[in-house]
Amino acid sequence: MKTPFLKAVLSIVRKDIQIELRSRELVSSMGLFALLSILIFSFALELDRSARQEAISGVLWVTVVFASILGLNRSLAMERDQGNLDAMLLAPIDRVAIFFGKLAGNLVFALVVGLLLLPIMTILYNQNLLQPWLLLVLLLGTFGFATVGTLLAMMTVQTRARESLLPIVMMPVALPVLLAAVRASTNILTETPIADWIAWPQILVVVDIIYLVACYLLFEYVIEE
Amino acid sequence: MTAVQDTPALPTQQAETGGRPRLLVALTIITPLAVLVGLYMALFNARTDIDQGDVQRIFYIHMPAFIGAFVALGGTVIGGIQYLRTRQVKWDTLALAGVEVGIALALVNLITGMVWARPIWNTWWTWDPRLTSEAIMVLTYAAYIMLRQGIENPEQRRRFAAVYGILAFITVIITLVITRIRPDTIHPVVIGPSVQTDMAQGAFEVAATSGVRAALMVNMPVWAILVPITLMWYRIRLENFNQRIQALKMKVLS
Amino acid sequence: MALNSELETRNFLIETRALVKAYGLLPVLRKLDLGITRGEFVALLGPNGSGKSTLLRLLAGLSKPTAGQITIGGWTLPDEAAAVRAQIGMVSHKVLLYENLSARENLRFFARLYNLPPADVDTRIAELLEQVGLSRRTADPVRTFSRGMQQRLSIARALLHDPDILLLDEPYTGLDVDASSVLDGLLRAAHAEGRTILMTTHQLDSAAALAGRVVILSRGGIGYDAPTAGLDGSRLSAIYTETTSMVSAR
Repeated sequence: MKTPFLKAVLSIVRKDIQIELRSRELVSSMGLFALLSILIFSFALELDRSARQEAISGVLWVTVVFASILGLNRSLAMERDQGNLDAMLLAPIDRVAIFFGKLAGNLVFALVVGLLLLPIMTILYNQNLLQPWLLLVLLLGTFGFATVGTLLAMMTVQTRARESLLPIVMMPVALPVLLAAVRASTNILTETPIADWIAWPQILVVVDIIYLVACYLLFEYVIEE
Repeated sequence: MTAVQDTPALPTQQAETGGRPRLLVALTIITPLAVLVGLYMALFNARTDIDQGDVQRIFYIHMPAFIGAFVALGGTVIGGIQYLRTRQVKWDTLALAGVEVGIALALVNLITGMVWARPIWNTWWTWDPRLTSEAIMVLTYAAYIMLRQGIENPEQRRRFAAVYGILAFITVIITLVITRIRPDTIHPVVIGPSVQTDMAQGAFEVAATSGVRAALMVNMPVWAILVPITLMWYRIRLENFNQRIQALKMKVLS
Repeated sequence: MALNSELETRNFLIETRALVKAYGLLPVLRKLDLGITRGEFVALLGPNGSGKSTLLRLLAGLSKPTAGQITIGGWTLPDEAAAVRAQIGMVSHKVLLYENLSARENLRFFARLYNLPPADVDTRIAELLEQVGLSRRTADPVRTFSRGMQQRLSIARALLHDPDILLLDEPYTGLDVDASSVLDGLLRAAHAEGRTILMTTHQLDSAAALAGRVVILSRGGIGYDAPTAGLDGSRLSAIYTETTSMVSAR
């Protein structure tokens, strides 16, 4: 009777990617924002060579967070505005599948933007960001943001303040992810010995798991009526 | 006017509108007295710190106030979980009271900390990890209140607030443990082993003299238990009266 | 207990007992008892805020009752929601479609969510699009459709999994005369196929013409409930005014 869980999740992800390939709304607005952000940071912080080494991971992560917020708002407002969330809730699926479907879609889009940022920042800031460890940290960090972000955006698109509320409620809660991701990236970029910073990716994994479980448990309460 | 009988049952606590319960009356008297006793212990009974002088006495309020905020915000988590399970309004009221009292006590903690930091660190504020994370913690709960205000439907408001109240507790935990995981903090770690005693500026030994320990033994329960419970109780009563007024308005209007 | 409820619900496909829904302290439905037998076409009327949409959302499992019972096809809500949802198709005044996807892509997505056998999906979709008169526009994105076309596609979406029950929440909103008459035809066809239909609307003419029974909600309860036989739009309008004005005069 019930649609298999994985099938429901995959069809939602597939639908999101299909829409994105058609409209390119999310990735283009997120990408453009991210590009502007790193340019503005380079002016605002007047990054010279030594300052760059210290600041670059902060710039990267702040950009990724805000670009994610932009994308999350769009992605969930789309479900809300045409009543499509209702249409999904009407289907005989496990409702948590909606969470995982939207999470996977949001993660893909945030990762695409993050992966675009790395080579661009490598060129503009003249510092090699295309390192395997950094890619791993990028994956773990965006996963954490996408997890809390999907849950919280599902909440905020249902409120009166809508778009403006998401950064306010999301930033503080995502702080542990940001903290660990920035620490890990700074250490990777300053080429510190691995033993000194391997704890940070580990913390990131733990935080990601905690968030995933918490959001999985709480999601049902955010969509019922 | 037949509508009245169909109105959903009011939360149980609203039924009691008369005088304050005896325990609350007792707390109303005991708590301020206990705060005064605590102040006496901190300001007169404990001996002056050799390194820091009188300003160290602020610590007897500073740390207990944070524990109080922790208790109140823990109440928010319990209220949130219980609300999602039972859907009884009283749990949401507990959560809301926890947030407001938690913010107040966190501000006491922050402000006393700033007063202490002025002579010891020679600045009111520094972007130390723990100070920053506590500031963010207070902002998180400010966001909690904004979230509540952004939602029209009361049932939805309570449900979302419960979800956010549970998630927001992460920032409290971060504030608590950050001096352990960020080695660059200058905030003293008072309880338990510290990884960076030489870094922390203004640390001291708790067990040094009996006066110090006595002052802490008194102030800890006062700020960690009596103050948050008394304030939250009053806040819950206030909220119950508010809801009762709303319910009566609805009756009159319908 | 199970046997008991089986006996009681045998006559009704959809049944609510003492159904209460309140938003905070504001009651929308007050102990509503309603039974609908298989194959009925019921028009649900009532002023804004009388609880029509709320009732539909409760029946569709989109909303949880504050108190009371709902049984649909022998299943109880909200405990057996997934089983109930597979039998229900819903059309609302919002179109519930992705505007950047084409008509066919929208239907394919929902077919996957309803776990329809992939082999039959394409023929089923072609059939439905033919039925709602959109077979020429299958590949166009929904945002290029007129309101009427979107609403027709929305009906195709609701019928996709061949549900026993069709719930329609003000389907005529924003439709012009032509589009409304097309919708009339589609609803007649759906009813002729043996589906049970519950529709909220403000169009009293359509209600009188299409439905076999009219229920008027007022103040969260049933104000009027009778077959439409012998009723036309103007007679229904008089009854409607009478039923609802009793409320405002109370």
